Amino acid sequence: MLKELFNILVFPGLLFLFIFGMAIEFVDRKLCARLQNRIGPPWYQPLADFIKLLGKEDVVPQESDVAVFKLGPVFALAAAATAFLYIPLWNKQALFSFSGDIIVVFYLLTIPTLVFFLGGWYSRSVFSMIGAVRTLTQFFAYEVPLFMCILSSSLLANTWSLSEMTVFYLAHPWCWLFTLPGFFIALIALLGKLEKVPFDIPEAETEIVAGAFTEYGGRFLAFLRTVLNMEMVVGSSLLAAVFLPFGFVHNAALSFMIFIAKILFITALIAVAHSVVARLRLNQMVSLCWRVFAPLAFLQVLISLVIKGFLVMR
Amino acid sequence: MGYNHRGIEKACEEKTYIQGLYLIERVCGICSHAHSTCFVQAVEEIAGLEVPRRAKYIRTIIGEMERVNSHLLWLGVAGHEIGFDTLLMYTWRDREIVMDLLALVTGNRVNYGINTIGGVRRDIEPEQIKAIVKGMDKLEERTKYYIDLARKESTMLERLSNVGKLSKEDAIRLSTVGPTGRASGVDRDTRRDDPYAAYDEIKFNVITDDHCDVYGRTLVRLKELMESYNIVRQGLKQLPEGPITVKAPRKIPAGEALGRYEAPRGEDVHYVKSNGTEMPDRVKIRAPTLANVQAVAHMLEDGYLADLPIVIAAIDPCFSCTDRMIQLKNPLTRTKKTVAWEDLRLKGIEWYAKKGVDFSRLNRKLENCLG
Repeated sequence: MLKELFNILVFPGLLFLFIFGMAIEFVDRKLCARLQNRIGPPWYQPLADFIKLLGKEDVVPQESDVAVFKLGPVFALAAAATAFLYIPLWNKQALFSFSGDIIVVFYLLTIPTLVFFLGGWYSRSVFSMIGAVRTLTQFFAYEVPLFMCILSSSLLANTWSLSEMTVFYLAHPWCWLFTLPGFFIALIALLGKLEKVPFDIPEAETEIVAGAFTEYGGRFLAFLRTVLNMEMVVGSSLLAAVFLPFGFVHNAALSFMIFIAKILFITALIAVAHSVVARLRLNQMVSLCWRVFAPLAFLQVLISLVIKGFLVMR
Repeated sequence: MGYNHRGIEKACEEKTYIQGLYLIERVCGICSHAHSTCFVQAVEEIAGLEVPRRAKYIRTIIGEMERVNSHLLWLGVAGHEIGFDTLLMYTWRDREIVMDLLALVTGNRVNYGINTIGGVRRDIEPEQIKAIVKGMDKLEERTKYYIDLARKESTMLERLSNVGKLSKEDAIRLSTVGPTGRASGVDRDTRRDDPYAAYDEIKFNVITDDHCDVYGRTLVRLKELMESYNIVRQGLKQLPEGPITVKAPRKIPAGEALGRYEAPRGEDVHYVKSNGTEMPDRVKIRAPTLANVQAVAHMLEDGYLADLPIVIAAIDPCFSCTDRMIQLKNPLTRTKKTVAWEDLRLKGIEWYAKKGVDFSRLNRKLENCLG
C-alpha cells in the first residue's frame, strides 16, 4: 500500500512527472532558442516561472463560472498524471495495466483538452471563447490520425494493453520498424495536442491574445502550464512506448537512461518542428489532418494488418 | 484612432524651424529620416537654398539604410504575425548590422538627427564607407536567403498567398502608396517620378508585383532591399567632394511648399507654410500609413479572423505617424469628448506637476528669452 502510494505520488508518479515536465520544458525552450539564434533561458527558468505565478494574485472574471474556472486546472492535472501511470516507461510492465488501458490513456489525455475548452468557454471573454472553440475544432482534426497510428501498432501486437504491447515488441524485435511512418504522423498530431506551432491556433498570440488561457492568471495559470508540460511528457512517453519499444534491459539505471534519451529525442524533434514553420490557419490545419494525415494513418493501419497476416502465417 | 497623438503639427507652430525639425524627426521611430528630410526639403524650397551635392548624397545613403532597417523590421513583424518567430529572430538579428552602421555614421540607432536646414550635420569618413560596404554585402547575402525562404517555405506561402487581396483598380481608387500599391501593380515611386536628394543621378529599378496579396507585398519589400543595397553602394562610390551644408537664415521668408519623399512605407508628404518669422505658420504631415490605412478595410472583406493581423501588418502601418486626434470615451456614460490642443497642454502640465516636475520657471525664462 505504502509502496503504491509512493509510486503514484512521488516516483514515477506526480512529483517525478512535475520535475521531468519542467526539465522537458527547459530543453524545448532552450533548443528552440538556439535554433532561433537566441541564447535561451537558464535551466531554472521553468521553476522560476512556476514560483512567480504562484505568488501572483488570482483574478477570476466576474462573469465566469467560478467552479469550472477554478476546478478545471486541477482535473486536467489529475488526468494527465493518471495517464502516466499506465504507460510502460523503462520497465516492460507499466505501474498499472489491464486489457484496454490504451483506450483509458487516450481518454485521460483528452480531459486536459476538454478542460481548456470548458475553462476558455466559461471565462466569458471573446478571446477565450474563440480560443476554446478553436481548441475543440482542432481536437477533432488531430485526434483521428493520432489514434489510428497508435491503433496500428496495437493491431500488430494484437492487444489492447500498452504493457502487453511492449512485451510483444520485445519478443518480435525490429517489428516496430514497420510502424515508423506512423510514429512521424503521430508526432505531428501530438504537436496539435500540445498546441505548438504550426498548430498553436487555439492560443495564437497575435490573433486572440492567449486563446482559452487569456483570463487565467496566478495559480491557475501555473497549473495549466504544468498540465501542458505533463502532457508533453505523457505524450512523448506514449509515443516512445508504442513506436520505440526497445532498450528495456535488466540494468534498471541503464534502462532509465535509455528512456530519458528517447524522450529527449522526441522533444528535440518537436522543438525543431515548431521552430521551422509558420502557424497554419484553422481551416488549413483541419483539411491537412483529414485529407493528408488521416489517409496516411489509415495506410499505416493497412501495413500493420498485412504484416500481422505474415506473422500469423509463420 | 490610437494612443499616440501628440499634437506635433500644432507644436511646430510654436517652435523655430530648427526646433521643429527635431520634433518632426520624432513623428515616427522607424522612418525618422524620411520625415525630417521631407520637412527640410519643403523649408529649403521656401528659403531658396541650394543644398550641396555631397549633402544630397549623404541624405540618400542614410535614407536607403533607413529603408533597409524598416523593411527588415517589417519582415520580422510579418513573421511574428503568422507565428513564424524564427524568422523574426533572424531578421532582427540582421537588422542589428544596419542599425550599427547607422549609429557609426550618424551617432544614433534611431532618430539619426543628421539633417539640418541647408544640408547635413555629419560627414561620412572613408573608414565608414568601408564598413558600410562590408555590411551591405553581408545583408545582401542574408536577403537572398530570405527571398529564397519566402518563395519555398510552404507554411509561409499558405499563410501569405491569396490573403488581403487588393486589385490594381482598387489600389489606385483607394490611393495606396509605397510597397502596398506597388505589390498591386501600381508603378509609382517618388524617387523616380519626382527625384529629390541624389536620386536623379543614381540608377535603380522600381519594384512592382502583380500578386496583389500579402505575398506580393512581401516580395516587393524583399526585392526593394536588394535595390537599396545597390543604391547605397552607388551613392558611396559617386560621393562628390565639397561642403556638406550651406548657411541657412534664421527667419524663413513667407511662402509655402510641399515636400515629397518616398519613405519605406510609401510616399510621405509635408506641407509647410511660412510667414517670414522664425516659426512656421502651418505644418501638415501626411504620413504614408494615412494613405494606406483606408485600403485595409477593403482587404479584410471576406477574410478570416486569423488573417486579420497579417493583413493589417502588410501595409506596414505606423500609428504614431497616423494619429490625428484624441477622443476620450467614457464607457459608463457613453459620452465622447475630443481633446483640443489647450486641454492636451494643461493635461501635460498637470501630469508633470503630479510627478513633482514644474515647468513654470523654465517657461518664464523661455518667454523672457524670446522677448
